[in-house]
Amino acid sequence: MNYNNFIIPFCLGASLLLIIIIYKFAKWLSKLDKKQKYFVKRNFFSKKSIAAINEVFREALIHRNIYRKNPLLGYMHMSLAFGWFLLIVVGKIEASFYAGSFFEEPWLAIFFKFFAREQANFWVANFFSFTMDLLLLIVLSGLALAIIKRLKSKILGIKKATKHVIYDKIALTALWLIFPLRLLAESSTAALVQNGSFLTGGIGELFSLQFAQNVELPLYWAYSSVLFVFFVSLPFSRYMHIPSEVVLIFLRKWGAKAGEQYSGLSDFEINSCSRCGICIDACQLSFSANINNVQSVYFIRDTRYKKLNDNIANNCLMCGRCTEACPVGLELTLIRQQLRTKTEIAGKHYYDYCENKNNKNKTDIIYFAGCMTQLTPNIIIAMKNIFSAAKVKYWFMDEDKGICCGRPMRQQGFVQQSKDLISKNTKLISKSGAKLLICSCPICYKSFKEEYSLDIEIMHHSEYIKMLIDENKIKLNKSELNIVFHDPCELGRGLNIYKPPRQVLSKIGKIIDTEFSEKDSLCCGGSLANTVIELETQLEIRNKALEILTKSKPDILATACPLCKKSFTHAYKGKVMDIAEIVSKFLYLQNNSKKQEIKEKEIFSILK
Amino acid sequence: MKNKSVIIIGAGVAGIEAANNIAENGYNVTLIEKENLLGGNLKNYAKLFPDFYEAGEVKNNLINKLNSENINVYNNNEITELFFENNKWQAVNSQNQKFLADAALLTTGFTVFDAKRKEELGYGIYDNVITSLEFENMYKTGKITTKQGNIPERIAFLNCVGSRDEKVGNHYCSRVCCINAVKQASEFKEIYPDSQAYCFYMDMRMAGQFYEELYRKSQEKHNVIYIRGRISEAAATLDNKIQIKSEDTLSGLPLKMTVDLLVLMVGIEASIGTNQLASQNEINGEYGFAKSKGLYGNDNITNKKGLFLAGTCKRPLTIPETIADAKAAANQIIKYLNQI
Ligand code: SF4
Ligand code: SF4
Ligand code: SF4
Repeated sequence: MNYNNFIIPFCLGASLLLIIIIYKFAKWLSKLDKKQKYFVKRNFFSKKSIAAINEVFREALIHRNIYRKNPLLGYMHMSLAFGWFLLIVVGKIEASFYAGSFFEEPWLAIFFKFFAREQANFWVANFFSFTMDLLLLIVLSGLALAIIKRLKSKILGIKKATKHVIYDKIALTALWLIFPLRLLAESSTAALVQNGSFLTGGIGELFSLQFAQNVELPLYWAYSSVLFVFFVSLPFSRYMHIPSEVVLIFLRKWGAKAGEQYSGLSDFEINSCSRCGICIDACQLSFSANINNVQSVYFIRDTRYKKLNDNIANNCLMCGRCTEACPVGLELTLIRQQLRTKTEIAGKHYYDYCENKNNKNKTDIIYFAGCMTQLTPNIIIAMKNIFSAAKVKYWFMDEDKGICCGRPMRQQGFVQQSKDLISKNTKLISKSGAKLLICSCPICYKSFKEEYSLDIEIMHHSEYIKMLIDENKIKLNKSELNIVFHDPCELGRGLNIYKPPRQVLSKIGKIIDTEFSEKDSLCCGGSLANTVIELETQLEIRNKALEILTKSKPDILATACPLCKKSFTHAYKGKVMDIAEIVSKFLYLQNNSKKQEIKEKEIFSILK
Repeated sequence: MKNKSVIIIGAGVAGIEAANNIAENGYNVTLIEKENLLGGNLKNYAKLFPDFYEAGEVKNNLINKLNSENINVYNNNEITELFFENNKWQAVNSQNQKFLADAALLTTGFTVFDAKRKEELGYGIYDNVITSLEFENMYKTGKITTKQGNIPERIAFLNCVGSRDEKVGNHYCSRVCCINAVKQASEFKEIYPDSQAYCFYMDMRMAGQFYEELYRKSQEKHNVIYIRGRISEAAATLDNKIQIKSEDTLSGLPLKMTVDLLVLMVGIEASIGTNQLASQNEINGEYGFAKSKGLYGNDNITNKKGLFLAGTCKRPLTIPETIADAKAAANQIIKYLNQI
């Protein structure tokens, strides 16, 4: 048998690793909620599993997403992960080939050079030897990049590198040592028995026979021992992301979705974070307000080590920029929402009056402004104007205010009240017979879409206006105005509505591009989700965003969310307008020359 | 000595007062005003707090003294650039015409906060939401009515619009609007004793001589009701009244009421001229106001030799304070001109 005592640390470490991972996975899987379990069972034996394997290959090994975001960083991850993976696979084949059986000793592949001393020198062996050396070289190059990244992260295009915990440091040190030790150990064998290729053989030539003899065994012991250290620290360090992400990819492909409650899926998510730190650079709290300890990477890390405090959980704008940037696709804001402390006050039921809000007339279309829009009455006036220009009959559901979509309450943890409200609103809506619900506030829109089960169409007013234009129900005057459109977080990243507002605005003026738009769009700073930072800090975030957005000195800064509008108007001396307001000002009214004249004057005054 | 000269930019209270003082001492003054009429913001007021003195009289007294032969007044002249070159202070107007002098005095004053920036208050959207300046104007014409021409049965004044408001970036107190609200509420009640007047405030800042007395009188004699709380939103009802939402922070209860007229006590902001000319000369301070060299004895001089400041281009001030400050500035300028 191919045996030497130095394999003991490796075997012990590998077994422990396996046991711990199985234990952890079993625990998390049992914590999946009912719906998630159902999907796992239903899709386990389906094509979805094959798709998952494909994705594991692309994301966990090749790291395609990181590569797309940052090629050099992507290469680093790929060379380490995929390179190591191939080392194992090719090593295994090489060992089986050598042993003439698939069931050779499991450690043979790991310490192959040591045991395969009298290997015949024919082309297959040479080929393997060459391939293994090449792979080792690739891994080592990735390692070199990793070391540079630690020392000087700017070279790799990362502004802020993640601060690590002690397990990470142990695992990292072990990881850094594994491959150089392997290289030296194999080189010493190659020096003695000439079984190396260009790399190990080349280095082996530098060793004297005497030296090689002296260091060979100690080097294999060291190599085996760092493997042990790496394996046992792995489940407690960030490297746990390697096995976790694999399962996560399967769970996602099977259709498991994160809900409002923290679940086993969330466990897989937080363990799949590689602490790459990409989310830090995406966060405005970092680059606008110099707050560098609350970003998703730290939030997730603290959650994992059960050290999360409210200060970190609540210090977030919930803008979703990190979610968009995360190469693992973690649902970062959702997890944060799951873990935020909810109020414990039971509260009363205040919504009896909803029943009295009677809409006697049947209607096809409902307009819902929302509480935020009530604070920007110009948007409501504009919408009324547009409805009348398009000769559309509608029911203004919250005209006398008081109706809420229920989302703020839900986020505070008043789940029951929110449900009551939702069911009352649902009744009101279905009684009206409406087929279309138009919202001015993206937050309400999202709430109607995700928390209600309405079987009518829901639109944001920007989509609706787009439709009115397409159907020729309204016509717009074209002008020379330069317009910058700011994508609101909830409308853009939240609901994926990027095109309709731009299509509408391009009918009125020229849309000027900005540095951050669509998926990359900034938070206006008006977010109500951060309950930790001072208003001053929030204003700093707003001012930076404003500075970037208005660099081109546009005639109008356009947006499509009452909250964004409010937060920008307070600081910007130029024009800030909601898309509805702009459209209303540029409505082309036929058969009424007098009104038309006034319109032209108004347009002139905007231009001024 | 007699040939030495000074340019004064802005013919409001501070500018006119300083011009008169300097001219009396035999120096040449070039007084430049961007508007057609002289008097600056004083023109916008009917009566002054706390003694209901006629604003027009104050203004006329100031302007009447201007006919000294040492003073040249240029109205309709907007200065866009001010700099020191070839040993002279040079002011350039929008037509590129230059004015030269040995010293320059900035009296570019303030403008009021644009209430449209607080959309939730409905100014510029609903007819019957007006600013304190529009109230003054109505008072001047003797007709305080709603847009529809009715006598307001209920009127509300809202303090601190655009002042002490982090969100609009103005942390400071404008100092004059509290007492102005007391004055306007009293004036309103003098005309319409049967109507009701409310005033929403954060604190009532009555720190001037006779302010407290006026405040007390407005409650005892006129029954003006003071409610501690900001108005969070205003909306028009079908009959053009204004429905306001607030919180009575003393009782801790939310509050909703309907009034016929809502008056926004708009705060003081640095004028565009102040902002522009101060930054050109690197004497721009907080919130766009101009910065003097120091508060204690150096409040009229700046870090630029020969450039002086007076009045509300530095910070919110009352009219008596502005007059005193202008006299002090004149004194400093005369000293300076004597030396060079
Ligand atoms: S949350 Fe995503 S982006 Fe942030 S460190 Fe983890 S893996 Fe990277
Ligand atoms: S959601 Fe926005 S504010 Fe919160 S951590 Fe992510 S990027 Fe930062
Ligand atoms: S004087 Fe009164 S109303 Fe004016 S800003 Fe100060 S506290 Fe507010």
